[in-house]
Amino acid sequence: MGWFSKLLVPDREKSKVPQGLWEKCPGCQRVIYKKDLEKNLWVCAQCGYHFKISARDRIDSLVEPGSFKEMNSNIGSLDPLEFTDTEKYCDRYKKARDKSKMNDACLTGTAMLGKNKAAIAVMDFFFMGGSMGAALGEKITLMTEFATENRLPLIIVSTSGGARMQEGIFSLMQMAKTSAALARHAKAGLMFISVLVDPTTGGVTASYSMLGDIIIAEPNALICFAGPRVIEQTIRQKLPEGFQRSEFLLKHGIIDMVVPRSEMHDKLEFILDFINSGERAVE
Amino acid sequence: MTETLQANLISLEEKLNEIDSQISKFKQISADEGIKLNEVVEILERRKLQLLDELDAWQKTLIARHKDRPLACDYINGIFTNFTPMCGDRHIMDDHAIVAGMAYLEGRPVVIVAQDKGRTTEEKVLRNFGMPHPEGYRKALRVMKFAEKFNRPIITFIDTPGAYPGIEAEERGQALAIAENLREMSQLAVPIIAVVIGEGGSGGALALSIADRILMLKYSIYSVISPEGCASILFRDAGKAPLAAAALKLTADDLYGFAIIDQIINEPAGGSHRDPKSTIENVKAALISNLDDLCRVDKNELLNGRYKKFRNMGVFCSFDN
Repeated sequence: MGWFSKLLVPDREKSKVPQGLWEKCPGCQRVIYKKDLEKNLWVCAQCGYHFKISARDRIDSLVEPGSFKEMNSNIGSLDPLEFTDTEKYCDRYKKARDKSKMNDACLTGTAMLGKNKAAIAVMDFFFMGGSMGAALGEKITLMTEFATENRLPLIIVSTSGGARMQEGIFSLMQMAKTSAALARHAKAGLMFISVLVDPTTGGVTASYSMLGDIIIAEPNALICFAGPRVIEQTIRQKLPEGFQRSEFLLKHGIIDMVVPRSEMHDKLEFILDFINSGERAVE
Repeated sequence: MTETLQANLISLEEKLNEIDSQISKFKQISADEGIKLNEVVEILERRKLQLLDELDAWQKTLIARHKDRPLACDYINGIFTNFTPMCGDRHIMDDHAIVAGMAYLEGRPVVIVAQDKGRTTEEKVLRNFGMPHPEGYRKALRVMKFAEKFNRPIITFIDTPGAYPGIEAEERGQALAIAENLREMSQLAVPIIAVVIGEGGSGGALALSIADRILMLKYSIYSVISPEGCASILFRDAGKAPLAAAALKLTADDLYGFAIIDQIINEPAGGSHRDPKSTIENVKAALISNLDDLCRVDKNELLNGRYKKFRNMGVFCSFDN
């Protein structure tokens, strides 16, 4: 959990060479015209590399245009531990808020997919590595409870370095809180689709991300409990190629399907149509 | 590095031992010579407590991990009668990092699910140093569902560095196994008491801790990440573990202050390894009184109470924008 600091530098910042109009693909090293990338939902047309994208861009790519109605946007984290490492947590947090124009690492609300209304939560890796603190846990829980009360299907798109260490035990307890809310949603007979994108790790994986009736991953996303470096240090062995990637999880029976970004909307719409349409098998 | 960090605790233990031997020496002299030395003994006792009052989060972490600290099996043997183990997840294997089964607590039937790190080298290897694989969490859940089916309260003992980070563990869904325990435990319609007896290591500990009452031994710790892990990531230096331990606020006192846990169970001065018997008695008394309370609660109230308990964990704010 929380080994994500090395991943904190977003891809788009790592490839500093082409500035402005161009992006370098970390997958095939090709230099791509930025407008083309945007048109292609930030997926490399050559090698299929899925760039990390913000929660807002993700929502635009997933739901019917203009249908997203944000809820609970004001909720933000506090600093109950008064945590300081190389920097004060409250300063780090303020920077993240200023930079992202978000109050924490996810957006929640309702949206339409085709004819289906759904509750949706989308995480943002650019906000402190998508780490889960109390604000994020609260927003996911509120959205889940809203879905239960209004009998809505729930979609959560996860991307996270894990629990937010700076909030100590409170961050750990968000795993319990969100999972308990999902238990009630499931008990009400409602659908939860969990979408995992690169990377989904640690405490987020070990709670709501793995509790979907259907679990879908984007191609080649890192999805794990313990990060590869932690495992390598523990077992002192090089890890096999493709370990902990989407296709590896599919092969081992942990997730249902691997779906490229361009097809994600249609796949989600199909699943929601499937549960909302037709006759019940038993009345 | 670990050795120098460990030296901290050894010097403390030496000081405690010295005071203890002085106390017994004075008591002996007092008895032999018929002189009253109460005041001297009292001063020494006070000095000892002072020494312990000053224990920092890192020293408490070292006590929580002390090699002689009582393990789950010590509590099981010392508190319950007729413990009868249950084995396996019914799919892959029996994970010995989890000890589970049926037992009686003062004549009352209960189900126990515990993490045990192992005492001897062989035991440590067998129990994987208390780090469960997914099969361990599935075994735990299977046994807890058994408890629910037959309406028996569940008592869990928490003592793990964390869920095992390994290739097979990931292949077989470590995250999934933990997540399912969190979800299912929140719905189990029997009283659950969790006791943190040593290390409450992150998600691997939480997966057995969705309880109606969370109790912690005075010198145990419960944290989102180990001080070493936090130090190497956030402080960029694993040697800064003592600093990270303080920053994480992982002691029983901290967590009681945050209302995350319900009760601190007392330990003898310096840690339970200095007097396991009294600690085991303290745990037993705490279990009985908490179980008495919980068994009086109606099932719906119990489940709603558990939901609310975790629902309210977390401190956040509302911004104006």
